[in-house]
Amino acid sequence: MSRRVVVTGLGAVTPVGNSVGESWEALCSGRSGIGPITKFDAAAFDTRIAGELKGFDPIRYVTKKEQRRYDNFIIFALAAAEEAAADAALSIVGPEAERTGVIIASAIGGVETIETEKEAILAGGPRKMSVFAIPAVLANLAAGHVSIRFGAKGPISCPVTACAAGTCAIGDAFHLIRCGRADVMFAGGTDAAITPMSIGGFNRMRALSVRNDEPAKASRPFDRDRDGFVLGEGAGVVILEEMQHALNRGARIHAEVAGYGSTADAFHMAAPPPGHEGAARCMKVALDDAGMRPEDIDCINAHGTSTPLNDAYETQAIKAAFGSHSRSLAVPSTKSMTGHLLGATGAVEAIFSVRSIEEGIVPPTINLDHPDPECNLDYVPNTARRRAVRTVMSNTFGFGGVNAVLILKKFGG
Amino acid sequence: MTLEEKVIAIIMEQLEVTKEECKPEAAFIEDLGADSLDLVELIMEMEENFGLQISDDDLAKIRTIGDVIAYMKSKGIS
Repeated sequence: MSRRVVVTGLGAVTPVGNSVGESWEALCSGRSGIGPITKFDAAAFDTRIAGELKGFDPIRYVTKKEQRRYDNFIIFALAAAEEAAADAALSIVGPEAERTGVIIASAIGGVETIETEKEAILAGGPRKMSVFAIPAVLANLAAGHVSIRFGAKGPISCPVTACAAGTCAIGDAFHLIRCGRADVMFAGGTDAAITPMSIGGFNRMRALSVRNDEPAKASRPFDRDRDGFVLGEGAGVVILEEMQHALNRGARIHAEVAGYGSTADAFHMAAPPPGHEGAARCMKVALDDAGMRPEDIDCINAHGTSTPLNDAYETQAIKAAFGSHSRSLAVPSTKSMTGHLLGATGAVEAIFSVRSIEEGIVPPTINLDHPDPECNLDYVPNTARRRAVRTVMSNTFGFGGVNAVLILKKFGG
Repeated sequence: MTLEEKVIAIIMEQLEVTKEECKPEAAFIEDLGADSLDLVELIMEMEENFGLQISDDDLAKIRTIGDVIAYMKSKGIS
């Protein structure tokens, strides 16, 4: 009998709330976290809206000295990790440390630091660069700082698999515990990429919504009038634990991790192939990993980015993987409210999936006013729904043709 | 603000130490908990504030708060 893995802690900072509780409450009320960009002057950019954190106070999580030295993606991860560790009532003592690991993803790492340090060189030469530029930029430093803060000395890593990275982190951590390499893992993702370079770069790809006059309506997955994704920022971290380890210490168990799959499209650097075969196959791989049939899934937290291609192709992929059961699935995209948190997105959506299972509530896809005829599943339009949720599949797909799918289920169910 | 006060204010801010810890004989690494990267950042801040450039050779001789103040004075800063 293989080892089972449970979720015992949740932590998140998102554009709709500075904790899991705040974020979940906003999602259930259908509240958008998208607004005008305030972090820099975006006047010259096609897109001038994003999902920024609101009222986030870094000094709750780091000292002023640390704040100067860490990029925001690191601080967001520390905030989420603090909440998750407290939620799990985790204490890491003695030999436990070497059996506790950290996998925290980031798609872009310290992009804001890259930009400000290049400006420092241009303005005053290389001696004006911060001594801490490199450790603020490296994507794995979120995982590094979490391991330092909590004294976790087990496996450590950082997937940088674009928009799938947060799911890869949780999936890889799940497999590490299941195969006996660790007993406890901090797992999640973080990104702080609302910067001129990433807004400008995604704009050049025509990937972002330009509905600047109606920010709250800009992220509209599966709607016929969708025109691109909305960039968000934030972090999500979960504490995963080997089931017996959690039971022995009397931990509260939120849910069980049932399965994980990852596949590649081997098609194009940024676009999914028609029908998104790689995504459909990834859902099947995850089902197989969980030892489940399609009928066992109640709900899919869709990747649902609000880009024309993703939403149509993801719908086709779900139909291909689930057949006639696809009509019975609830398929919300919480990105309609949070925007797209890049490397954090898989992590916060896994957390929302866990909350869905615990509460028996499926959050809505807001702004679904005129469903695209090509998108004809039940996306839980505009209003949250009460229903029993035993299992949720969480989909994420990223540039580079990476697909990652996680399955969570009710513990003991 | 005297030179001493200005230097100590920068050190308190950069290294997050108290005024009481900032005695002239306090060594940055041994007494104030700085590492080599902290020290480089601190010196950058001094250069910025006092409008001078400290060479790597001179930097190697600076160990304590008193050393910094003596160095500044030797450069005609008061």
